Amino acid sequence: MTTTTTAPAHPVLAGLGRLVRARETGIAIAIVAVVALATVLNPSFVFSNDGFRDLLLTPSLLMVVAIGQAIVIITRNVDLSVGSVVGLTAYLTGSLFADVPGLPIVVVFVAGIALGAVLGLINGALVAFAKVPALVITLGTMYIYRGINVAWTGSDRINASDLPAAFRELGTGTVLGIPFLFLLAVLVLVYAAWHLRNLRSGRELYAIGSDPSAAQLYGLRVTRRVLAAFVVSGSAAGLAGVLYAARYGTVSSNAGFGWELEAIGAAVIGGVAIFGGVGTVWGAALGAFLLLTINRALPIIGVDDFWQRAVVGVLIIGAIVLDRIAAQRQHRRLVAQREETR
Amino acid sequence: MTATSEAAAPRTFAAHAHPLWRRLLVTREASIIGLLLAVIAVAMATVPNFDSPLTVTYLLREIAPILLIALPMTLIIITAEIDLSVASVLGLASVVTGLGVQAGWPVPVAMVVAIGVGALAGAINGALVTVVGLPSLAVTIGTLALFRGIAVGLLGTTAISDFPDAWTDLARTNITGTPVPVIIIAFAVLALVFAVLLHFTPFGRSLYAIGLNKEAAAFSGINVGLSKFWLFVMSGTVAGFAGVYFTLLYNNARGDNAIGMELQIIAAVLLGGVSIFGGRGALHGVIAGVLLIGTLASALRLAGVTSDIINVLTGLLLVLSVVSASFLNWFHQRRVAALGRRRGRSPGTSS
Amino acid sequence: MQSDTTSATTPALELSRVVKSFGAVVALRSGSLRLENGSIHALIGENGAGKSTLVKIIAGLYRRDGGDFRLRGEEVDFHTTAQSKANGIAVIYQEPTLFPDLSVVENIFMGRQPTGRLGRIDRAAMHAEATEIFDRLGVRIDPDRPTDGLSIADQQIIEIAKAISLDASVLVMDEPTAALSGVEVDRLFSVARSLRDEGRALVFISHRFDEVFDLCDTVTVMRDGAHVDTMPISDTTVDDLVRMMVGRDVTEMFPKLPAEIGDEVLTVDGLTQPGVFHDVSFSVHAGEIVGLAGLVGAGRSEVARAVFGVDPYRDGSVHVDGAPLPKSRPNAAMARGLALVPEDRRRQGLVLDLPVTRNITLAVRSRLARFGLIWGARENESARVWASRLEVKTAALDTESGTLSGGNQQKVVLGKWLATDPKILIVDEPTRGIDVGTKAEVHRLLSQLAQQGIAILMISSELPEVLGMADRVLVMREGRLTGEFKREQATPEAVMLAATADEEAAR
Repeated sequence: MTTTTTAPAHPVLAGLGRLVRARETGIAIAIVAVVALATVLNPSFVFSNDGFRDLLLTPSLLMVVAIGQAIVIITRNVDLSVGSVVGLTAYLTGSLFADVPGLPIVVVFVAGIALGAVLGLINGALVAFAKVPALVITLGTMYIYRGINVAWTGSDRINASDLPAAFRELGTGTVLGIPFLFLLAVLVLVYAAWHLRNLRSGRELYAIGSDPSAAQLYGLRVTRRVLAAFVVSGSAAGLAGVLYAARYGTVSSNAGFGWELEAIGAAVIGGVAIFGGVGTVWGAALGAFLLLTINRALPIIGVDDFWQRAVVGVLIIGAIVLDRIAAQRQHRRLVAQREETR
Repeated sequence: MTATSEAAAPRTFAAHAHPLWRRLLVTREASIIGLLLAVIAVAMATVPNFDSPLTVTYLLREIAPILLIALPMTLIIITAEIDLSVASVLGLASVVTGLGVQAGWPVPVAMVVAIGVGALAGAINGALVTVVGLPSLAVTIGTLALFRGIAVGLLGTTAISDFPDAWTDLARTNITGTPVPVIIIAFAVLALVFAVLLHFTPFGRSLYAIGLNKEAAAFSGINVGLSKFWLFVMSGTVAGFAGVYFTLLYNNARGDNAIGMELQIIAAVLLGGVSIFGGRGALHGVIAGVLLIGTLASALRLAGVTSDIINVLTGLLLVLSVVSASFLNWFHQRRVAALGRRRGRSPGTSS
Repeated sequence: MQSDTTSATTPALELSRVVKSFGAVVALRSGSLRLENGSIHALIGENGAGKSTLVKIIAGLYRRDGGDFRLRGEEVDFHTTAQSKANGIAVIYQEPTLFPDLSVVENIFMGRQPTGRLGRIDRAAMHAEATEIFDRLGVRIDPDRPTDGLSIADQQIIEIAKAISLDASVLVMDEPTAALSGVEVDRLFSVARSLRDEGRALVFISHRFDEVFDLCDTVTVMRDGAHVDTMPISDTTVDDLVRMMVGRDVTEMFPKLPAEIGDEVLTVDGLTQPGVFHDVSFSVHAGEIVGLAGLVGAGRSEVARAVFGVDPYRDGSVHVDGAPLPKSRPNAAMARGLALVPEDRRRQGLVLDLPVTRNITLAVRSRLARFGLIWGARENESARVWASRLEVKTAALDTESGTLSGGNQQKVVLGKWLATDPKILIVDEPTRGIDVGTKAEVHRLLSQLAQQGIAILMISSELPEVLGMADRVLVMREGRLTGEFKREQATPEAVMLAATADEEAAR
């Protein structure tokens, strides 16, 4: 007599099934495969002090930026200004250390993140209140922030000698063999993932991306959430900028150039749908990890690392084609289930 | 709702609600053109050497690729899509030109092949968007990386720069007696073609419909997918041509030629009054937008202002133009509602 | 006259003499509704009577311009939908608004998820409450599945679950059965009855009298933006209600002119699209008006769209003048003389942001071109011809179509398709949401077109319209043709039977 859809499946099996099919798992497997392949060809890729350290260190900064970017994309927006934000905050970090000797490292961290937050707030305000698409606004602020960066930098450059040793240690040091920066990135990842999954403010981001007008009807505070998403993205980029200075020691006006497209690519590869409502920060972080690890593995596998970007391009296109096929198949499956019971 | 049918007197209709001057002057395109003229005037008055022929030549030479690619980009954005891969296609075409010449092909042959590669790249974009059904933003972010990657992969760090003088000179010559580079002729022809296509053909009409309401467009017999496909092919082809020109102008084929140019192009198109939402915009505004950014950059550079400030200004212009468009739209909606109350026309609600 | 309910209880909701205008158009002249607890109250009226405006005021989407609005005796004035929700009002629209990417549970609780320590969402509690609600409603839906792909019926159940979890005391259902099968309707009704038995107040808007009489205990009739009467269902009949709704004799509205019926121009044979329609065959002759009746959701629009080429079909064929018409190619159909005035004029029929000129000339843009070029003067000329022929009320041709009234918008759409000089005209709900005067104009127009030899297929959910205009009436139900009647044989009962019954009606 009843006509409805699937009866609730066995919860554990269903959960396990979802995990196995999840994009994140696929990316993780791909990472393992790439690392394995590279290690087989050149064991020092992983089995050497520098090898293991670089494996984890290289993607750390992009991971942080990608996490922030994913949060914005989930709300059906995009943030093209993150590269410029990284550049600005990296230079701010260097300048603070150079101009204010003896400044506590914590203060610099706070300043960098705060600057990033403010820059993100500007983006968010323009998007949320002026109702202009994020693509356009952040395209503009990308130019503005980069321009300010270059103007401020002038012909100067921050050098490693300008930065306190302890700070530099952060950038290259390890804890039990694991780079400190990587641990920091993981910390950010774990918190972001927890927040998105378990707090109302996190879940509402997904709702807003899934159907913005329904979100309004539900009474969700869309403006506030979108604003917050951009502040988070800016803050993440700000943090990455500070870490950039710690990692590389040298900061020119070029820092972070092009990072926005890499972060978007990482998120898309990691399963974050460009139209929002779908995806996790785990995926974005894993996507960043995969991207940069492939770049490092290419020369070892024998592919000229000039082909890096082509590989990135193939991955991105592959990811969105896969997403589309999977979404269509799932939709058809769900509709068919419904039809069976009619 | 109550209504009575009117008496049977035949209705007359004015073609336009507003007089011609208003239709021409109170538009975004007019304001950009006005701004352009204002900037030119101020620059000529205050910046030394701005009106020298050499300045004009360098300015036009440099922005020619942007001018060219902005044409098909306008049409693409009007249909509510986007093509972020244009600069990568330009780079790829540049590399192909270089490789072809290096392999001993005659320059015209290398050019044709390079343009063909551009068309193919556009077809790939078009197929992914219309056949597979993927969002163009995501697709072209991917092909931006892919095409650039292939370009860099093919050439590595080397650059090819031994192009025959005859051709590099051609790229740099001006029209005799003027400071205008020859490439502008090609641009003028293309601009005319695209302007006619967009504003005076059924195809052009259909593009606006697609951008505003693609469902209604499909119901009107418009083949939305095919139209968009051709637009991407056009974009790739023109980007290919721009790549050839770029290579000859700078006598340099490199994998990373014109990195980042796509954003300049899009910024100029949006500045020119094209709505990112689709369905709105005109070519004269876009051309003015490109010229505005170029002129501003050139004038500021001559005035000794560093390039970063130019970037800041470009960004500010872009942000201001879209925010003001949004504001004007909001204002217009309120005015329509108020007029509706006064004149008795309902603002489109049905009960 | 209000009927005498037990006056001791405060009504759950009471609107009286509510007024609402949009510009100079008065949508509600005097809207009234008195809703008691523990009651299912039908709200009926023609399109344009003001029902949905009244509902939107209750929902908080609009603010009333005048009149009284009381909730449980207290005066209220909602500025936002969130406010009305917070006050225990839930509205279930025909097209539920859910988040397709999120699970059923998340949809139910979005924005109000139960939380524990640190603000952490208590998933177990959410799941438990959702399961409990579904059990109470007697439905089996997996709370963890994505809402994408759920049938409209299930989506409505989820909306009801939302309302219950909000502990809504007032539920308004706007034409909920439009897209439901018989079995789903039964389920919905038993859910509604159990909600009523819990003491909640329900408003049921529908055009289907059998359902109204089956489910509801009270009925309010509206006409032309005003309240007409309210009474217990037991005190009235369908005829009474229709008379109150229409306010005039039904027959005088449709000036059907005699037309000579010629050869068969459109032949549809065995058209099938799995899950949508099955084995549909019919023909239309020149000069003939064939009405296609049935309930909303019967698949009629889908068949029309498939014939025209906007939607695909798997099996079957379409012939025009004996020659096959390729599928999925609207411009091929147009080239052969087909025209489709679609069901949703705002989303499918018009490009609202374009001026009247561009809309009218959109389908003939190629024809208007000379040497491949088209320009304003030619478009204006063509638009002027059709705008004046159809008497479109607009000051200038370049006004944005979105600012016109519903009736004038429909005229623009008609003008657009008539400009193509069609041989076969398919009109889908030609007078939906249009004022009475324009309705008559449209009907007169269709009659004239038939006289000129055009074959017309008219899809309509308004029985009087179908019966008044058609030479032949086809009836569809759940994707199949269940009846065909000549004009003389077509009675409301026969048609309704074919539209709603399980067995095929006698031909």
